[in-house]
Amino acid sequence: MLRSFAAAEQRLRMQGSRSEIDGVADNEPDQLWSALMAAAQDGDAIAYHRLLTALPPFLRILLRQRHVSPERIEDITQDTLLTLHRVRHTYDPGRPFIPWLAAIATRRAIDARRRNARIAAWEAPSSDMIETFIDPESNKETDARDHQDELTRAMAGLTGKQREALELVKLREMSVAEAAAVSGQTPGAIKVNTHRAIRALRALLQRE
Amino acid sequence: MPTPTDQLILALVRDATPVRRLRPPLQRALSWLAVVAVIATAATAAFTDWQVFDTRILNPDLVIEMTGTLLTGCLAVIAAFHLSLPDRSPRWALLPIPSLILWLSGSGMGCYRHWLTNPTGDWALGDSAHCFMFILAVGLPLSAGLLWALRRARPISPVPVALVGGLGAASLAAFLLQFFHPFDITFMDLSVHALAVLIVIGIVAAKPVRAGLLATREG
Repeated sequence: MLRSFAAAEQRLRMQGSRSEIDGVADNEPDQLWSALMAAAQDGDAIAYHRLLTALPPFLRILLRQRHVSPERIEDITQDTLLTLHRVRHTYDPGRPFIPWLAAIATRRAIDARRRNARIAAWEAPSSDMIETFIDPESNKETDARDHQDELTRAMAGLTGKQREALELVKLREMSVAEAAAVSGQTPGAIKVNTHRAIRALRALLQRE
Repeated sequence: MPTPTDQLILALVRDATPVRRLRPPLQRALSWLAVVAVIATAATAAFTDWQVFDTRILNPDLVIEMTGTLLTGCLAVIAAFHLSLPDRSPRWALLPIPSLILWLSGSGMGCYRHWLTNPTGDWALGDSAHCFMFILAVGLPLSAGLLWALRRARPISPVPVALVGGLGAASLAAFLLQFFHPFDITFMDLSVHALAVLIVIGIVAAKPVRAGLLATREG
């Protein structure tokens, strides 16, 4: 598996500019990624971009090997990148990079599996959403879509930053710090925008 | 059209400020233990009855027990600092086990010998309640301090970190207890010590406490 990444890394090296990093490793992705991570820890954005761009294909293969279902792989890949970003100060450049990354990815896969199991224990897929009730008002097959339309309209009433904060914090369950990192907003702005978005949605939905 | 993963990468790169690397875990553990040693030395210098302690320390069972508690405390703290890092083996959690066995066997032997000379009084609660309170009163703040020191690693598997960290802090509290423990250990005493240690570990490993102190995000 690692050999297949050597080719990808070769391409990356040809695109890149950091000669001191390129000189570190010609054959082993681990050494190259380790050098890129060390540079990223020092604030080198180009090295960090090269590293993060190179990792998703590796992570997808790794997660498949960990028996992660195909529809969850992209989520866990993203979650792994977020965690890597959050704990990047814990990487010791004197140690191999791949075991460090693999441990994070494996942990995130286990967490996702546990979360899914917990949800599955409490929730069941509803096959009888469209059902006949005594109340004719309840008989509309389009109820579910109507609510979705209402929500979509209400979401359209939010500002872009409010929508972004709400989506990252409430729908993707990121922490405030992670949402701030992803969106470029400050943590304070994330909190304020999430709060305002919820208040605005509540007001808009109550009006409708 | 960039994918969500590409967008995420760009956002993370935008946030790529320089970070201060963590010092090696052994070094961090020794720094933390050094701080505890300074506080403990000051506390024992001020409050220990050295006349009583000098007599008790002649008992080899007490020496074995104190060696066991001290080693368990130090090794568990070192293990917790290692476990807080993503790429360290979970087997670090086994590091304090041999010294824990030494502690329990040393105490057990002391209890047995005490029971041989005093077979009726061994199960009386006596001053054991004070020992229980001491381990909680010292073990919990030590645990809080330890987890606070460990939070910089933002452990991705916080449960073993909290469990082993709790064991380390409670063991150090049990070690310090012997400087203020004016009698030989009894079976009741040993049971109370073990219960207090388990309670400290349980509190520290409870999700709200560990998540709060370690500042982890647990799904």
